[in-house]
Amino acid sequence: MLDSTPSTVADRVALKINPAKTCQPVGAVYAALGVHGCLPHSHGSQGCCAYHRSHLTRHFKEPVMASTSSFTEGSSVFGGMANLTQAFSTIFEMYDPDIVAVHTTCLSEVIGDDIPTIISKAREEGRIPEGKVVVHCNTPSFVGSHVTGFSAMVKGFVKYLSENTGTRSTAINILPGWVEPSDMTELKRMVAAFGLPSIMLPDTSSVLDAPATGEHAFFPKGGTTLPEIKAMGDAKATLSLGTWASLEAATLLETSCGVPFQELDLPIGLAATDRFIESLRGLAGVDVPAQIEDERGRLVDVISDMHQYLSGRKVAIYGDPDHVIALTEFCRDMDMKPVHVLTGSVGNAFETRIKDLLADSVPDANVKAQGDLFLLHQWIKNEPVDLLLGTTYGKFIGRAEDIPLVRVGWPILDRVGHSYFPTVGYLGSLRLAVEIISAIQERQDRDAPDHAFELVL
Amino acid sequence: MSEREPIPSPEAFRDEVVKSYSGKVAKKRAKHILVNDPEVPAEIEANVRTIPGIISQRGCCYAGCKGVVMGPIKDMVHIVHGPIGCSYYAWLSRRNQAATGDGIANFIHYAFSTDMQEEDIVFGGEKKLAQACREAYALLKPTAIGLYSTCPVGLIGDDVHAVARQMKEELGINVFGFSCEGYKGVSQSAGHHIANNGLFKNVVGENDTPVDHPFSINLLGEYNIGGDAFEIERILDLCGIHLVATFSGNVKYDDIAQSHNAKLNVVMCHRSINYMAEMMESKFGIPWFKVNFIGADSTAKSLRKIAEYFGNEDLTARVEEVIADELAKVVSVRADVASRLSGKTAMLFVGGSRAHHYQDLFSEVGMTSVAAGYEFAHRDDYEGRRVLPSIKVDADTRNIEELHITADDTRYAPRRTPEEIAAAEKRGFNWRDYDGMMSQMKKGTLVIDDISHFEMEKLIATYKPDIFCSGIKDKYVVEKMGVPCKQLHSYDYGGPYAGFIGATNFYQEIDRMIGKRISKLITPPWKKQSA
Repeated sequence: MLDSTPSTVADRVALKINPAKTCQPVGAVYAALGVHGCLPHSHGSQGCCAYHRSHLTRHFKEPVMASTSSFTEGSSVFGGMANLTQAFSTIFEMYDPDIVAVHTTCLSEVIGDDIPTIISKAREEGRIPEGKVVVHCNTPSFVGSHVTGFSAMVKGFVKYLSENTGTRSTAINILPGWVEPSDMTELKRMVAAFGLPSIMLPDTSSVLDAPATGEHAFFPKGGTTLPEIKAMGDAKATLSLGTWASLEAATLLETSCGVPFQELDLPIGLAATDRFIESLRGLAGVDVPAQIEDERGRLVDVISDMHQYLSGRKVAIYGDPDHVIALTEFCRDMDMKPVHVLTGSVGNAFETRIKDLLADSVPDANVKAQGDLFLLHQWIKNEPVDLLLGTTYGKFIGRAEDIPLVRVGWPILDRVGHSYFPTVGYLGSLRLAVEIISAIQERQDRDAPDHAFELVL
Repeated sequence: MSEREPIPSPEAFRDEVVKSYSGKVAKKRAKHILVNDPEVPAEIEANVRTIPGIISQRGCCYAGCKGVVMGPIKDMVHIVHGPIGCSYYAWLSRRNQAATGDGIANFIHYAFSTDMQEEDIVFGGEKKLAQACREAYALLKPTAIGLYSTCPVGLIGDDVHAVARQMKEELGINVFGFSCEGYKGVSQSAGHHIANNGLFKNVVGENDTPVDHPFSINLLGEYNIGGDAFEIERILDLCGIHLVATFSGNVKYDDIAQSHNAKLNVVMCHRSINYMAEMMESKFGIPWFKVNFIGADSTAKSLRKIAEYFGNEDLTARVEEVIADELAKVVSVRADVASRLSGKTAMLFVGGSRAHHYQDLFSEVGMTSVAAGYEFAHRDDYEGRRVLPSIKVDADTRNIEELHITADDTRYAPRRTPEEIAAAEKRGFNWRDYDGMMSQMKKGTLVIDDISHFEMEKLIATYKPDIFCSGIKDKYVVEKMGVPCKQLHSYDYGGPYAGFIGATNFYQEIDRMIGKRISKLITPPWKKQSA
């Protein structure tokens, strides 16, 4: 497995090998699926839409509906206006969504299609029925990563739809970042425990974890509704979870609607969840509910009880910046050693933040933004680890080097569970801690000689 | 449980579906939906643009070129020139397997990309592409490098072919490019053609080492999804038939470079590779015919045809022995499975050949394929190659290069004389032919090209097939409707389904899916009581 990867790291300036990111549009599709009655639309070649639908489906094992402008060579020469206007007619006639969320692709960006102009023209021509909504965002594939695309689409919804009506509600906005439907459900539960009314954007719960009923709901029951997105402009505050995925929309809500925001990490792990809870406590003006405090206590209890299996274990963490930052802090707080930390996405801020987190415990950790899994593998060859923490793509390194992998982040293509059981909050972190501990214990059992194969661990 | 509505006739179904669309769209879709008559297959519209906004199964030209045809060549480094997504999504997602441990480099588990950034789009990406080739060569020393253009590359005018020539010179290995931008053509199909052209121009015939075997063949259009090619290799090996190159499952560059020295080409996936068969016959004199290793009886039939071609008694005897041995293992499983599945119905909407080939497996267990269609095939795949002269060439097809091949000055060596070809034909031996899907399907079945999501849901809701075969994008929609959906692109991570072992696997898999207990437990008891 991966036998051709040499341990000597040579500088590469042009060639990405085994990427740790993909391009923007898939993030825009995922975000748009979290809006009720919304059909994501890909303005580009058919392949983009096919790839994004396929990959999201592989991750969620759920239907993923999206349409495409089906560019041909002609559209690439003459522009994609005709394709998009035809697409609007087809979409509203056949699928009748409440809202269409258009995102661009590298092709339509290079051509320079002006989406707002096409939307207004289509509306003038009556191709967009009265009362139906069309929003858009620009997601050129040659800028940023899938996380940037997610952020752009969330911002697009806010830009088009959120309004301040001159009043302030008691609700808070939760921008959950690129997390699972299960995480969104869990975040809402925690917020509700504080008695805080909230609006979450996007919200893929009850969309990408739909029950089997014998019927397929083209637009599942979940998702943020249009009135809710509008009302986000009247909220009293926004919690932006995950800088890469959420900060842009939070900032826009502040500048355009006057909603102040708090920038937080994804609440994965003890410390990041503590900060999230502190924010909720401040906003709600109440004590932390006993039930939440108990959940925290259980997490602390398990980490403390199982400390011997965690302490000093070297771990390689890779994936999207928001996840990797939270996971690095969590591993550090469990006294694990994150010796290799890598994201495929851009951002010097990522490297600075990770180095900062590890300054005391692993000052010489390998840290890189815009890295790839080929490099991560080379790092591991030079400094082996006890555990891989990241997406399914790490399984090949795991097999090559005989290292267990705990799957977290996007995508997870070869296991189920992530969409049903959260990794955010104290409960989610407990689940993650248990998976980490179990992976290490499984390995210990596997490798133990008969005389040291223990009944009790 | 409510009583089922009376089942509409296929004609009524067709009319109702078409009526759901308005004006122009209705007119277009009407030509893609037919009620079949196997005696006189009607003309179907295929290989034309999908209407924007229609939720289609189709992908792009790049997917057909790099993803399907070129990607499986294991010891090449395939560098995708473009933003990261195109390389990322074609990385391990198709399940084309390649053997390891044979001392040949295997880069199947790697993805290579120039990861174009905004400055590359603005200032051009040729230098970056050249540098990527250097870095790949320095790190991995591949046998050859392929360069694949994605959408923006064509628009900004990067010349991948010029970079390829320069790198071939500089690195001393074969480097060649493909202008397979995603927007070309109307589906993956354009990419297959472009890949065929590139392979033919740049690889086939590059290694003149003779093939020293009396029964040497190439297997065209088999991509080793889920290990299909491994099973076919096993069977051919048992028969004493030497496989020079598979295009392109479990294959190395050099096999293809030497493939022009084989004595015969057999074609599995007609849609994706017929160009190659035609070009190799014109240039090197290698005859071809269609085979099908999907289905145990189909496999036996294909093996017999290969034996008939070689006309060697020992080979024929050996082939019969293998068939007898292998079928003996298949029949008991088949009979057992058929006792449960006989009379059940299947629908198949996938690809460019599987929606046809897999009907053989279903009929082997007594099931009927009541509706089928391709995602990206052409009219000849439906109606048979006899319609080739009457296919209109539209602008989208004209944009894909058609190579005009003449006989090679020194290497053209017809394996059969025109007289031999004619004599065989007289005996009923079909050369370079494919009858297509429609002549095999029953009268009154539905044939739908480039099925839309809307049509698929309607079809399932109306006819409630016992199993539906499609791809990952449809899979969970169909399952949510309470109908099992077998993925025939990725095989649901199972397989092989080719050959004899594959047939057994498939019978058992369909038996499992149709019989699964949980399907009967979807409705909660309290809902049943209230009904």
